[in-house]
Amino acid sequence: MSAPAFVVLALIALALGAYVASGELRAVHRRRRLARPARRPQERVDPGVERRAELKARALLRSIVNPEEWQMYEDLGFIRVIGHGPEARDGHLARDPDAALAASGFSFLIYPHKPIVAYLPGSNSLLSEYCVEFPDRSERLYGPRLPDSDDVLAKWMMIKADEERLLRGANMHLPGRQVDPQRVRRDLWRLAEWERGRAARTAQRQRSEA
Amino acid sequence: MKFLRLMPGKGEVVLAEGDPRLSEDEELLVEEFRKQLDAGMWAAVPVTKGASGRREAIMVHDFAEIPEGTERVIFFPRAAGG
Repeated sequence: MSAPAFVVLALIALALGAYVASGELRAVHRRRRLARPARRPQERVDPGVERRAELKARALLRSIVNPEEWQMYEDLGFIRVIGHGPEARDGHLARDPDAALAASGFSFLIYPHKPIVAYLPGSNSLLSEYCVEFPDRSERLYGPRLPDSDDVLAKWMMIKADEERLLRGANMHLPGRQVDPQRVRRDLWRLAEWERGRAARTAQRQRSEA
Repeated sequence: MKFLRLMPGKGEVVLAEGDPRLSEDEELLVEEFRKQLDAGMWAAVPVTKGASGRREAIMVHDFAEIPEGTERVIFFPRAAGG
């Protein structure tokens, strides 16, 4: 066989080999793609969804808690709940929130997605932080966190309904672990000012009505 | 009576609604109540104390524990130590 004929045959063989190999490679690639689990379409979360959920949660919270508690939350960003002290639990002082406050021994500050802070109302001494969450593991798209006001509502309902169960299930820590004690003291001062202002406005309204 | 569930990204969602005095509605409500508790939810009922008018809440563990005249039962995820 002459040299030119050998070169031509070699080129033809190379071209055929490349063609067959590329077909095999395409088939392998296709098989791998089919074997891969189908990718879910990109889940797009509407950026306004959290805000709308929070607005709904606020409306629900407002319809369930006491009017002054709602006002407190709106003005100060937290709710103070009076603990069920022994006397308050008996119901003797249920009609007078101030008397119940004094008798209860301790109170709680409920912040959204932060531990519940227990303190002594007389001295404003911080007692402890109760870390508690209400994670909804069934929700995959939005994660397990409830909207802020729903978190506050869940804590409020638990304290009102079954304080002991809530506190038993929570992780208790010394003050300052997650909530800055300075912030809590400042919030207690703000709360006292808020209550003074509210009492003054109520007295003024009563005088003008009389 | 309305059954509401607190949900991430949604706020409260109406799960069921009906008049428990009607047997058909009651059946539906009982079934939904069980379903929620089986799914790990807790149920609370907002109440108003008669004498003081103070708003409180009670936890219910069975449909029969829901006070008569209740308008809303709130389901929310169980508490976990944070």
